[in-house]
Amino acid sequence: MEGARIFFTLPFFDGIPITETVVVTWGIMAVLTILAIITGRNLEKIPRGIQNVMELYVETINNFTRDNMGESKKGFSAYMGTIMLYLLFANLAGLVGLRPPTADINATFALAIMTFFIIQGGGLIKKGPKTYLKGYLEPMPFLLPLNIISEISLPISLAFRLFGNVVAGTIILTLLYGALGSLSGMLGITFAPVFQVGIPIFFHAYFDLFSGALQSFIFVMLSMVFISMAWD
Amino acid sequence: MEGITGRDLVLAASAIGAGLAVIAGIGPGIGQGYAAGKGAEGVGRQPEAQGEIIRTMLLGQAVAETTGIYGLFVAIMLLFANPLIRLLG
Repeated sequence: MEGARIFFTLPFFDGIPITETVVVTWGIMAVLTILAIITGRNLEKIPRGIQNVMELYVETINNFTRDNMGESKKGFSAYMGTIMLYLLFANLAGLVGLRPPTADINATFALAIMTFFIIQGGGLIKKGPKTYLKGYLEPMPFLLPLNIISEISLPISLAFRLFGNVVAGTIILTLLYGALGSLSGMLGITFAPVFQVGIPIFFHAYFDLFSGALQSFIFVMLSMVFISMAWD
Repeated sequence: MEGITGRDLVLAASAIGAGLAVIAGIGPGIGQGYAAGKGAEGVGRQPEAQGEIIRTMLLGQAVAETTGIYGLFVAIMLLFANPLIRLLG
């Protein structure tokens, strides 16, 4: 188990490393963009084919956002839908042999910091600076440091939850492939690690499909809950 | 005990520490199991609210999981990106 490979380094500042995470994210961006262009090109009144799927997705996200955040904040469905799609593709990247971008703490932290700024900025604008700053002194003024720590720990726990789940699955699958490879070596099958065929399917189904989809859902859900709590 | 350098000692202690850190998984395990049990109880009492119950249960379990993930993160740090080795110089 190693960290993300560095492909090349951009010669700015002290050198910006372009890792596997960034490259796989570019791939996901390309896939999502092409998907959006193809499905949105000629929309019809009566949907056919893939337009059905996309309308179902958009409708589900719209309803989900309205249920969780209320009618006044349903405009967040675009942001939440985008994050959900990206996280789904990122977590499922392990299925095609890529390293999931979410197995890198930098990627998950970037997403969590976006949510953090929406929470703080929204609270500041919606409540007004005075009420917002007064919120830190409640219920007692001497609890100010604890309130600040609890605000800062929010994006950290959000990022680490996603990162921890994905990277744990990645590590376990790497260990499993190594074990199956050396098992076939021990039994004298040298031409190919035959045990690596078939057996990991169940582990992929759990760690990539089930856990990946669940964690993207939970990340979006928690973002919704925290944002709607801070904005009210 | 001869021939054991400081580096060896740090490596061995880091491995033990990583093992100890993932003991943190016990707490979330108990908590999530309890939440799942209560969720099953709720579905048994009110089968029509199943979707709502499952959503709330998963949300609570995700928050409860955080401490376990912290333990896992400490273990991963000790195994793959050990900061103590760097202190030795």
